Amino acid sequence: MSMLRLGIDVGGTNTDAVLIDGQRVVAATKSSTTSDVTSGIVAAIADLKAASGFDPAQVSAVMIGTTHFINALVEGTRLTQTAAIRFGLPATSALPPLVDWPERLRTAIGGHSYLCHGGHEYDGTEISAFDEQELRDVVDKALEAGARSFAISSVFSPVNAEFELRAAEIIAEVSPGAPISLSHDIGRMGLLGRENATVINAALRDLADNVTTGLSQSVLAAGISAPVFLSQNDGTLMDVDYARRYPVATFASGPTNSMRGAAFLSQQLDCAVIDVGGTTTDVGILQSGFPREASADVAVADVQTNFRMPDVLSVGIGGGSIVDGDAGAPRVGPQSVGYRLTEKALVFGGDTLTATDLAVAAGIADVGDPSLVAHLDPGLVRSALASIGERMGEIVDRMRISADPVPVVAVGGGSILVPDELISASSVMRPENYAVANAIGAAIAEVGGEVDRVFSVSPGQRDAVLDEARQEAVDRATAAGARPGSVRVVDIEEVPLAYLPGNATRIRVKAVGELSLGGDHHA
Amino acid sequence: MREITVEDLPDIARGAAVLGTGGGGDPYIGRLLAQQAIRRHGPVPLVDPMDLPDDAVVIPTAVMGAPTVMLEKLPSGKELVTALRALETLIGKKATHTISIEAGGLNSVIPFATAAELGLPMVDADGMGRAFPELQMLMPTLGGISATPMALADERGNAISMNTLDNAWAERFARTATIEMGCSSAISLYVLTGRQTKEFMVHGTISLTQRIGVAIREAAAAHRDPVAATAEVLGGRRIFQGKLVDVRRGTEGGFARGEVRLDGLGDDLGAQLDISIQNENLVAIRDGQVLASVPDLICVLDTDTGEPVTTEMLRYGLRVSVVVAPCDPRWRSPEGLALTGPAYFGYDHEYVPV
Repeated sequence: MSMLRLGIDVGGTNTDAVLIDGQRVVAATKSSTTSDVTSGIVAAIADLKAASGFDPAQVSAVMIGTTHFINALVEGTRLTQTAAIRFGLPATSALPPLVDWPERLRTAIGGHSYLCHGGHEYDGTEISAFDEQELRDVVDKALEAGARSFAISSVFSPVNAEFELRAAEIIAEVSPGAPISLSHDIGRMGLLGRENATVINAALRDLADNVTTGLSQSVLAAGISAPVFLSQNDGTLMDVDYARRYPVATFASGPTNSMRGAAFLSQQLDCAVIDVGGTTTDVGILQSGFPREASADVAVADVQTNFRMPDVLSVGIGGGSIVDGDAGAPRVGPQSVGYRLTEKALVFGGDTLTATDLAVAAGIADVGDPSLVAHLDPGLVRSALASIGERMGEIVDRMRISADPVPVVAVGGGSILVPDELISASSVMRPENYAVANAIGAAIAEVGGEVDRVFSVSPGQRDAVLDEARQEAVDRATAAGARPGSVRVVDIEEVPLAYLPGNATRIRVKAVGELSLGGDHHA
Repeated sequence: MREITVEDLPDIARGAAVLGTGGGGDPYIGRLLAQQAIRRHGPVPLVDPMDLPDDAVVIPTAVMGAPTVMLEKLPSGKELVTALRALETLIGKKATHTISIEAGGLNSVIPFATAAELGLPMVDADGMGRAFPELQMLMPTLGGISATPMALADERGNAISMNTLDNAWAERFARTATIEMGCSSAISLYVLTGRQTKEFMVHGTISLTQRIGVAIREAAAAHRDPVAATAEVLGGRRIFQGKLVDVRRGTEGGFARGEVRLDGLGDDLGAQLDISIQNENLVAIRDGQVLASVPDLICVLDTDTGEPVTTEMLRYGLRVSVVVAPCDPRWRSPEGLALTGPAYFGYDHEYVPV
């Protein structure tokens, strides 16, 4: 008997679902996203049943990717009143929590910002002692002001999390059941970015409760009793209980799932993925099957955070890009007819020359009415397509990680515009089922563990310190639900830090392993 | 004299990161500090050094320590005032103005916070015309001006005052005290008269940071070449455009050292540029030949956006352009080169002016 995995991607517009058996895509469907998550998922699973007639009892796991939480933040709706409490006094008072937030979002979460004594120095010693009464007073004040969720940050908590943990205990006692988010669980070094991510997480906790409950119930309603998981930013999984506590970890799961799904379909672990939409082309890089992450901080809804997001480079070329100029100097994009392609493009009887028209005229695409582009200057068609290919090749070259040519996987509605031969590419693949790459990316996800801390590396001890960090990452992956023995280290990064004594080095290690599913070993 | 408002700060911070030549610390925190202080207390007057009375008491304020720490243990906002007040007590005079010790990186914007907090005007000048890693590397050192009496302060309220034999000793003791303060401190040092400020500081550099920031922003918005715009404002030139193909790093004596290699693109296709970095970009070598080195400015910018790239952000695959610009001519004197030239940083080639 085979064990099936069900992958569902709940996007802003479409809900995609796929059923995977080992390495094989059994069935794939697309339906419209509904405002209540539940009915969309029920419909998607029903479609999948109709398409494949699968037995719900054979499903071993359900993986869901959703843009729900990031959308809620961007819209500033459905957010919980949140108290942002920081331990750091007497340091940090010049820049209290929520300092650089847009006014609209600050108001949406109530603007409750508090400072307490405490926090740690870079070497783990206390800045000042924990003052329990001070915290109790702050919590009382916050509750009185209407706060219902708590975001706790403490200076250098990635080095020493003691104060955040003690605060969590006290808050749980004063206000039982109130959601508590701790910064050392959520972000990395850099207080404001980590704290902001924590506050965002805290403000999404009520919504996360509703959504995760809805997801679990709709899966159960479809007769599937298998465990439910959600996709994270880095392409790994979290269980429903974890997602309930860390909704913020879903923020960039969309592009990540799309890249990983594309790579899975073409059987590539190290490759560039070109996703050609109607207006833009997005290029990302997979290393050992995971998206390379952006090194700079990212702003989410105008709030500076230090999440790790996939590094994606976009260029304004897509199927709907407007073409002008002549054979000698063609211009393609960045203006696009966008979603109005089927009314504006020449092949659909419109009046605008688009990149799609070029592809039809060149005989590489078969949509609309080819006779409507028969009059185009063949010289212009050739040179405009060549310039598109050149620019795509340049983006891939910018993104690749060494001078060696990389395999390229082309996906998306406009992927026909990617030429078969691309500068900097060793091959160009166009997998089937690319339209549901997101859901596939969710379905194939694994479990991860990460370490990101400052280590003191004394001379001759580098290997020992790296081993320690590696082991910790592996242990974390196992603790998160990876099958022991399947866990491997996929990324190691060391950056020596300036002006710190003791050869301080920031080390980040990421490990992943297969999801350990009770009962799937002897199935 | 003009007034600096909250709206001016983003451009100033961007330009300061360019003059940081890869180091000097991320100006983001400094910008936020200045922004908060100006919101509370109002705009800061920026005074041309030539308009200073000769007997003005100009006292710089700055932060010292590890940029990584400053992004985590944020200031209380009182450290700078504590350091300045301690120094005033020591010399028995009140500051009439404050000023930046370095125009590059975090410390270019820090004195705006001090100035707003204390209602002092700030002088449009600095002590380096760029960023350097050590306290003695200021133009006033060349003029025989002592860094001490100086004061350091932490967020707890500790203030340490010191008098040292020379400015190199000031750096040594201040560095040690800063480590004890948790690897970040506020400092106040190099008390100057108005006359000394005119003679020994680098003029107009705060305005310069703003012009650089504006040039990058406007060029990027108008789809013009932001790197060319930066080079023009700096009075420098682009020496290379390429792709970063190798970064090697290590730490020696608390300073990050590394080597970076770029493969040429566009007009530089086929050529290679090597950059030696410590905290800042120090030497640029094209195909084995030294093109530029400290004390001249070597700025690495994102080729597309013109945004400055710090040494901590360097990694494989970045498309960057390298702009070099002449340092203040006084750094090119034998005394200036002894203080900040390639030999001081451990490189054995002759200084080649850009």
